[in-house]
Amino acid sequence: MAEGKTPVEATREARLRERVRHGLAAEHVELADESGRHVGHPGAAGGAGYYHVVVVSPRFVGLDRVARHRLVYEAVGDLIPDEVHALAISAYAPDEWRARKA
Amino acid sequence: MADDVTSAIENEIRDNKIMIYMKGNPTFPQCGFSAATMEIFHEIGKPFHTVDVLSEPAKRDAIKRYSNWPTIPQVYIGGKFVGGCDIVREMFTTGELQKLVVDAFSSH
Repeated sequence: MAEGKTPVEATREARLRERVRHGLAAEHVELADESGRHVGHPGAAGGAGYYHVVVVSPRFVGLDRVARHRLVYEAVGDLIPDEVHALAISAYAPDEWRARKA
Repeated sequence: MADDVTSAIENEIRDNKIMIYMKGNPTFPQCGFSAATMEIFHEIGKPFHTVDVLSEPAKRDAIKRYSNWPTIPQVYIGGKFVGGCDIVREMFTTGELQKLVVDAFSSH
């Protein structure tokens, strides 16, 4: 895990990543901790994380944005709201992701 | 089985072309995501109505259940759930959001 992270933060990130990967059969997961942007925010004071997750999954094919985000929230489950205070989501189907990278 | 809070939400969503559940108010948003959402709707420039879920805790829980969506802010346009901050931002970038707003205001 990245330097400067407490064991709690590292574990939380690993669990979040694993739930997203496993729950969505994700081909690709990128997780960024953005808690630093929310210092002083009432939610951040409790130590709950702010994350941005990029998820690439075949399950997103044919689904609109709301449906995709609901799947991500479902996969993350009860980590929200106590451990994960806020989660920014970028959800791509594999072909969209490849087009984006091209 | 609609309780009072749920009925209130239904009315708000029906009666306001743009209805936003947020933390804080348009002048003083209490969260970065609510703030970003406000910026977008100020930019769009059509009237919108907001509810501060921090001052109405019952509504905060109720809207999450109602929308089947665990986070705030939540945006409804023309009676339809649009999404949270990320989705609104994406749709604003592509122009879909502006179109949705125009459609909502041109229908009766």
